[in-house]
Amino acid sequence: MDPLALTLIELGAVVFCLGLLARLAGRIGMSPIPLYLVGGLAFGAGGVVKLEGMQEFAHLSGEIGVILLLLMLGLEYTAAELFTGLRRSWQAGVLDLVLNFIPGAGLALLLGWGLVGAMVMGGVTYISSSGIAAKVITDLGRIGNRETPVVLSILVFEDLAMAVYLPILTATLAGVGFLGGLTTVGISLAVVTVVLMVALRHGHRVSQAVHSENSEVFLLNLLGAALLVAGVASALQVSAAVGAFMLGIAISGATAHSATRILEPLRDLFAAIFFVAFGLNTDPTTIPPVFGWALILAVITAITKMVTGIWAAKRAGIARPGRFRAGAALIARGEFSIVIAGLAVASGVVPDELAALATAYVLIMAILGPLAARYVEPALKAFGGSVRLSAKA
Amino acid sequence: MNVDETDLPGLGRRKDFMTASGRRIGVVELREGTMELIVSTWDDPDTCQASIPLTGDEAAALGNLLGGQHLAMKLSEEHKEIPGIVTRQFSIAPESPFQNQPMGKACIRTRCGVSIVAIMREGEVLPSPGPDVVLHSGDLLVAVGTQEGLDSAADILRNG
Repeated sequence: MDPLALTLIELGAVVFCLGLLARLAGRIGMSPIPLYLVGGLAFGAGGVVKLEGMQEFAHLSGEIGVILLLLMLGLEYTAAELFTGLRRSWQAGVLDLVLNFIPGAGLALLLGWGLVGAMVMGGVTYISSSGIAAKVITDLGRIGNRETPVVLSILVFEDLAMAVYLPILTATLAGVGFLGGLTTVGISLAVVTVVLMVALRHGHRVSQAVHSENSEVFLLNLLGAALLVAGVASALQVSAAVGAFMLGIAISGATAHSATRILEPLRDLFAAIFFVAFGLNTDPTTIPPVFGWALILAVITAITKMVTGIWAAKRAGIARPGRFRAGAALIARGEFSIVIAGLAVASGVVPDELAALATAYVLIMAILGPLAARYVEPALKAFGGSVRLSAKA
Repeated sequence: MNVDETDLPGLGRRKDFMTASGRRIGVVELREGTMELIVSTWDDPDTCQASIPLTGDEAAALGNLLGGQHLAMKLSEEHKEIPGIVTRQFSIAPESPFQNQPMGKACIRTRCGVSIVAIMREGEVLPSPGPDVVLHSGDLLVAVGTQEGLDSAADILRNG
């Protein structure tokens, strides 16, 4: 068959399947991310059907997916919100980082994946899925709840932590020496600080530069700017994702809102392809051996996120049910864990099992997170009720 | 009244207060410009029993209902002794010819002997508004006059 025809048929079939999966996910009220991953596993190396024609396209689209994911993460919060979030919740943020980075990093060391593997797995278990968390909060009607600002400010802190972590990760993965790594990290920290300062004072100018009333012009401006910045950042070894993220932070105000609206469909498409591409490159037969570890890691890091949320909510003066709700809302891991694992896999310096472990882990956490958020309160009531009953007896 | 304002990064801003009955009530202003009315449950003031999305017009209408009802009731009480004098509320519809026009243009007092004693707007009261006050859609006019006068005033405000 004509290679172009083959590619188109494969791509069409994959995107169509993704549509079906997304609809299924919507029907049963879960995040589509785990289904996309499973879809990728089924189509990829060692899967049920083997697709070869679209590998190249999937790879590039996946990269664009990462850039869009990070750009929109940056758009989500204004620089002012990042600063207030940092001031208000740095203690909870640090606790979150320590409690949730250590399990992943520890397991990687235990499995003999070295410091690089530890750096990657720590990031995978640390970062909550702000996408899933925000959706859970909205879907469960918890926007007006008192614990919600606590949850959101922890997510804001994680956002900032990503801005520092990703350049460090990129430097580590590139295998630059200690001094070289230090320089890269120094440069990226300086860039992060400068961008935040610029965004705070002159965010409107950056916004003006890309903004247009015409949605077509606006979309092209935005996408062009994001890819340019990401490309330059990548050339400077600061990681393309961080470049896009910084651009997202610098764009603020009304422009940021309309940018979010206009980019959403593109992000959904390319991010879905990114998850599939990640699954494509993971051999499903490598998952069963690490599944046990993924399960253990899932249990531990569900508890550590819970502890983080409970501690932070307690400090904010929230009563017991609200503390548990806050903890459970943070449990979900998703897109950014896969982004981190994807960066590591692309560099080729981590073992294949890491991709398998990350996939299995995110599969579990993306399903468990929303369920935990939904059922933590009924569970608490049932549990609390039985305690009271037994006390009476 | 002590209204708490809390930032919700990425979502918007919450404004709420505790009622005397021990329930938290307020609004969440979402970044997309919509608004949600929130009411807490009885047993856990941290959580919400209901969060009801409101459009801008709906929010303004609700604000006017809460404030306007109170005002109209008070006025009716005061005019009770004068027979034939009635208090009524008119809302300015989006298709009203006087939308975004100074109130004086409608010449309500001259044409039907009705006094507009207050305008409720976004939950606030503008007492005894002058003829140069510009009317907006969603405004609630509190008017005092005779039954017939009020009927013709309603007609003027609706059809010009």
